[in-house]
Amino acid sequence: MENKKMKKATQSTEGKKRVTKTDIQQFLLRGRAFIALIIVLVVFAVLTPQFLTTSNIVIMSKHVAINALLAIGMTFVILTGGIDLSVGSIVGMIAMIAGGLINEGINLPRLGIIVYPHTWMVIVISLALGTLMGAINGFIIARFNVAPFIATLGMLYVARGIAGLRNDGYTFPNLVGRPEYGNTGFGILGSGELLGINYSIWLMVLFAIVAYIITTRSPFGRHVYAIGGNENAAKLSGVRVGSVKIIVYSISGFCSALVGLIWASQLLASHPMSGDAAEMTAIAAVVLGGTSLAGGQGGVGGTLIGAFVIGILGDGLVMMGVSSFWQKVIKGAVIVFTVILDQVQARMQERIALQKQEELK
Amino acid sequence: MLDKTPALDEKTSVAEDVILTTEKITKVFPGTVALEDVSFHVHRGKVNVLIGENGAGKTTLMKILAGVEQPTSGKIYLNGKEIHPRSPLDANRHGIGIIYQELNLCANLSVVDNIFLAREITKSGLLNQKIQKQRARELISKLEQKIDPEELVADLRIGQQQIVEISKALAQDVKILIMDEPTSALSAAEVEVLFRIIRELTSRGVSIIYISHKLEELLQIGDYITVLRDGRKVAEDKSENVNIRWMIEKMVGRNPAALFTRKERKLGNVLLKVEDLTLPRLGGGYLLDHVSFTLREGEILGFYGLMGAGRSDLVDCLAGARPQATGSIWLNGEPVTTSTISGRIHSGFVLVPEDRQRYGLVPTLSVGHNILLASLQKYLKGTLLDHKKEKAATDSKIKDLSIRVADPQQLITSLSGGNQQKVVVAKGLLTEPKILLLDEPTRGIDVGAKSEIFEIMNRMAGQHYGVIFVSSELKEVLAMSDRILVMSKGKITGEFTYSEATEEKLVTASAIGHGPTNGGNHNGK
Repeated sequence: MENKKMKKATQSTEGKKRVTKTDIQQFLLRGRAFIALIIVLVVFAVLTPQFLTTSNIVIMSKHVAINALLAIGMTFVILTGGIDLSVGSIVGMIAMIAGGLINEGINLPRLGIIVYPHTWMVIVISLALGTLMGAINGFIIARFNVAPFIATLGMLYVARGIAGLRNDGYTFPNLVGRPEYGNTGFGILGSGELLGINYSIWLMVLFAIVAYIITTRSPFGRHVYAIGGNENAAKLSGVRVGSVKIIVYSISGFCSALVGLIWASQLLASHPMSGDAAEMTAIAAVVLGGTSLAGGQGGVGGTLIGAFVIGILGDGLVMMGVSSFWQKVIKGAVIVFTVILDQVQARMQERIALQKQEELK
Repeated sequence: MLDKTPALDEKTSVAEDVILTTEKITKVFPGTVALEDVSFHVHRGKVNVLIGENGAGKTTLMKILAGVEQPTSGKIYLNGKEIHPRSPLDANRHGIGIIYQELNLCANLSVVDNIFLAREITKSGLLNQKIQKQRARELISKLEQKIDPEELVADLRIGQQQIVEISKALAQDVKILIMDEPTSALSAAEVEVLFRIIRELTSRGVSIIYISHKLEELLQIGDYITVLRDGRKVAEDKSENVNIRWMIEKMVGRNPAALFTRKERKLGNVLLKVEDLTLPRLGGGYLLDHVSFTLREGEILGFYGLMGAGRSDLVDCLAGARPQATGSIWLNGEPVTTSTISGRIHSGFVLVPEDRQRYGLVPTLSVGHNILLASLQKYLKGTLLDHKKEKAATDSKIKDLSIRVADPQQLITSLSGGNQQKVVVAKGLLTEPKILLLDEPTRGIDVGAKSEIFEIMNRMAGQHYGVIFVSSELKEVLAMSDRILVMSKGKITGEFTYSEATEEKLVTASAIGHGPTNGGNHNGK
């Protein structure tokens, strides 16, 4: 879509090679999410001297990565016109499951043994379980026609409940494993680095690229957009709407599980309340990035920028010493303001096009 | 293709070459029998026409063939072999494609994405956008249209969307193609092109099942005609043996003397005067180019033109739906200053929109609530709605327009197309308008409902309303209008009184400004 807009702009300027006022207006509107990002960066860079130091940028990117991963999964769901409220709870649940596997292993009382899976196995089991939770969401939504809001609200409670049940509400501390069990090294996921950059940031980049290709270049991605735009038409065209829905919620579950693992790994501990309310930040990033909650409009690129705006806003305000209550007020206002801008943009675009016509005369 | 059908199955070895047969198909929905023992034959490489009033079961039968619905009982044979299409994709594998009556496109996707939805052309797992675009362009140019494959469907007019829907079906290599009212949104010129395509398909051996309410068109294109009434097959014949009168008689089950005619009326004073109404187009040029006209009391003013000529834009502007429009409007000599929709309704304009599903009705509300939607302020007691007043108003309108509904509480979606349209008209009339703007009010509704809509128009004109009647149906415009304005490319290109107007004159005027290819191609018969 972005391409198309660009094309329109170039077409209409080709006739006269001069930059008009409306060209600038149009440029500003098109890049509004990006501009918001730059404004946020500049403001904080000016107000807080340590803001643009390398170490701070790395720390901020680490924070952004976690939300961005959740938001990328959420983008798939929202593009189909759905919503996933359970991601925060699945983060917590998977953190507890992974923590339990490392500290307590799998108890098999019949055989009288406890199996300690290898760290790789812990990761695979956790990711599979998170994906399964997502698939259950999708199945309930697709098979029984339950509204996504309700189905995932149910899962929000269930998964958080399981997180608490796993260790009676207590934390699994000190997730370092033991060399004799072969389950050490869990912390690498959260703190390991490649070329001086944290793994979680690499994962964010990787996921964003893959998700971008899937949404823009694959038939599956097209089906996701089609369902969000007109589910009936998609169905009548032969799109397997049920399967696509199960897959998008599974993707979201997978992303949540990955975040649960990163979270536990970074802290070397898993807490049953980890990921609390993370779904809201993820939804905020998606919406801020221009994806319509009604489905069918938007994309992963916007989500990534949205996640950065929210992350930088949060960290920047903390560095400035703004109280946490004010932080919430400011974040909320920014989210709503951006969406208003989105609506205004649509109308502006029309007006600008008309203005251009007059100018050409 | 395996082509060893004959003699394998005695049932299908009829004299003609039949590709598909339904045997005693029955479909029961909760409360109604939609189809009863329907045995329908589809002849290979022919245009098999299915006609019947709304609710006769045509669409249900087609949905069964297309795998959307499953029959309660009965069998389907394709080339003599029994098949059970369980989903649209499954039917597609059997070579059955369908173009639906209600447009089924994803407005948020581009034309090319819609054409290849669920049948994407891929290269190593990813979309091959280049090939898709190229093929889409070929398909569209075959239909002699100028639509950019990368344009969003949301930005296309209804007629263009119909073209996309047709291209989508053509993109699949089908053996049987079902077309459920493919021409309801097309202008005469586009219908010609479509017919050419149909003939080309049949000559390649593709069998067409064709559903339409436009009877003249059926005689022109059809080879075999099957008539359904109340879920049963009532007649079947070759089209050369039948005429329009026969079709109507079989469909309605009665003799339809004088289905629609205009009544002689005395026209009153000038009710509406429009001057220099202008609406710029987004990409340059004008949707409406300085349009001026007048409308008198009791007059039915017809607007004829090709798709995209600006007729719908004109009525939208009058109804206040296009705030960007400029120009002057006088109602009863007073300038109309308000430009909002509610303001225009208050001054006496009311629009019955072209696309009743999208703009005319709220599908989740009941018949009664839909009727009241535009005039709720009149039924208040204090600040709350007065149910007694509401009921009185809906009941009287339902009776007035003879809307066939058991109970106003019934969901609007349970009504047939014709009755839904009457609900939209009832909603409009309840606002007590002075000017009724009807945009394609007979689109996709059956003969009986059409004549009722025309009767309502006559009645309104008789009561000194002004009626603006936009239609792509030459015969209807000619029969109903006191005066006809023809539009082309946003301009009025012809004005004819009832006595002057002929089909030829209207078609010629509608092609002005379209260049020699268009005009030359489609007028000569």
